[in-house]
Amino acid sequence: MNEIKLSAHNFNMYFGKKQILKNINIDFPKNQVTSLIGPSGCGKSTLLRSFNRMHDLSPDARIEGDIKLDTLNIYDKKTSVTELRKRIGMVFQKPNPLPKSIYENLSYALNIHSFSKTEIPGLIEKALKESYLWEEVKDELKKPAVKLSGGQQQRLCIARTVVLRPEVILMDEPCSALDPISTNKIEALIMSLKKDYTIVIVTHNMQQAQRISDKVAFMYLGELVEFDTCENVFKKPQKELTKNYVNGHFG
Amino acid sequence: MNIKKRESTDWLLKQVFKAAGLVTIGLLAGIFLMLLYNSIAFFADVKPVDFFTGSQWDPESSTSKYGIAPLLVSTGLVTLGAMVIAIPLGIFTAAFLSELAHPKLKTILKPVIEMLAAIPSVAIGFLGIVLVGPGIAKIFGIQNGLNALNGSVLLAVMALPTVITISEDAINAVPHSHREASLALGANKWETLFKVTLPASLPGLIAAVMLGLGRALGETMTVLMATGNAAVLPKGFLDAVRTITATIAIEMGEVPYQTTHYFALFAIAVVLFLITLAINLLGEYFANRLRKFHA
Ligand SMILES: Nc1ncnc2c1ncn2[C@@H]1O[C@H](COP(=O)(O)OP(=O)(O)O)[C@@H](O)[C@H]1O
Ligand SMILES: [Mg+2]
Repeated sequence: MNEIKLSAHNFNMYFGKKQILKNINIDFPKNQVTSLIGPSGCGKSTLLRSFNRMHDLSPDARIEGDIKLDTLNIYDKKTSVTELRKRIGMVFQKPNPLPKSIYENLSYALNIHSFSKTEIPGLIEKALKESYLWEEVKDELKKPAVKLSGGQQQRLCIARTVVLRPEVILMDEPCSALDPISTNKIEALIMSLKKDYTIVIVTHNMQQAQRISDKVAFMYLGELVEFDTCENVFKKPQKELTKNYVNGHFG
Repeated sequence: MNIKKRESTDWLLKQVFKAAGLVTIGLLAGIFLMLLYNSIAFFADVKPVDFFTGSQWDPESSTSKYGIAPLLVSTGLVTLGAMVIAIPLGIFTAAFLSELAHPKLKTILKPVIEMLAAIPSVAIGFLGIVLVGPGIAKIFGIQNGLNALNGSVLLAVMALPTVITISEDAINAVPHSHREASLALGANKWETLFKVTLPASLPGLIAAVMLGLGRALGETMTVLMATGNAAVLPKGFLDAVRTITATIAIEMGEVPYQTTHYFALFAIAVVLFLITLAINLLGEYFANRLRKFHA
């Protein structure tokens, strides 16, 4: 039942001399939502970005240990980073549609990975439907994506990730820039996506974490303090630190 | 009391900025009207049809010919050649500087490029006479390398710093989040550069091209020295040419005041002015059409 999709083993990460992540060991179960919580600056985004190798861009980033997607070691020299990012999609904190039309935001991703011209329109429609955006945009697919509202833009970014049929979707505080109604829509979307995808989401919102997560990981100062089911982390935390944090005593 | 004072400062500053804007517009309008006024005198003597369709520019001969075509084609050829060289080279250099170059290399390259802009045009003209021109003559096996191609190469060199600097600013101004979005979808560095970053910076790149084009169209000394100065209709890049600017510079000093020939030089200046204006408006139009895809 609880097949492991993504995992980190003895994972350390440094920016220059500064160690940001300290000996992280974590397993993400397939088709579940795992939330990463913890105070600002504890390394949640850094950990998330390690999973699709976004740190490859920073020259002073250095990693130790390994991260596996199924059995594939993602930091192996032979692993193609573009293939990896097709299998592990990412949604960013601030909606970042490309300065293209709604349609092109999705077709871009498909063209990059050489999907055939004939199947692209169908795939785009499907992804937009799955992201609860189709009804709102189906008549104006040529419109610049930036003309959409913030919540729609974020759902477009999710659609753009979904259209590639990844296996894992990483989300870094996807609702932090959105109003409550848009947030509800995204949460509903996440719940419906988890049957097909393994989802790892960073959130600052404790209520949100409780609503959507199967498992919760609490991080503090670059360490993974507690990792358990959502219920256990919020109701019966093992560590004093976790208890204080989830009860809002610091953060 | 305080509020009132702030409001009056506000009003005063507004007027100052408005005045500054109006002075610029006034200057532009003034120059244009001055050129226009003098060229009207020209068109009283020479029929516009002869001016635009005549294939000879020979004001000194007994039958004084005032066809703008040789000058216009010369200007067009030299500028076109310069842009064909400077646009790709400039944009790729800018992309290299902003996306690929090691920071150390960048700190060396940038001042060098800016220094290129500081070389006086006379010096570039020399370069054309002693180096580039003879080089072209050798490569193409012709007698004289002082031709349109020579002018194009030199003007490209002069337009490059402008094109590179403005393009680099435009590329740098593309939010990092666009690049991240593209890379996170599995695009590689090149796909991101060509399909996201450069298209996103296109309005700025157009501005860069326009400024570079303006530089090339208006340049006088270099083309005067290095393109052979033959006011005959050129057949290609290897012919000697004489641009509008060079013609004005050469003939203005010798022409008797308020003669047809004198007014003719104003008329060709108006044409150059209008071409520059049209190109800029066109560039502005396309840049605006693209901007609606940006936040
Ligand atoms: N590119 C970077 N270079 C250097 N330090 C960084 C970089 N990105 C993040 N950090 C540092 O890593 C730590 C963790 O940051 P982050 O993962 O963004 O925290 P969180 O997402 O939990 O708020 C912070 O101290 C931050 O300053
Ligand atoms: Mg973060």
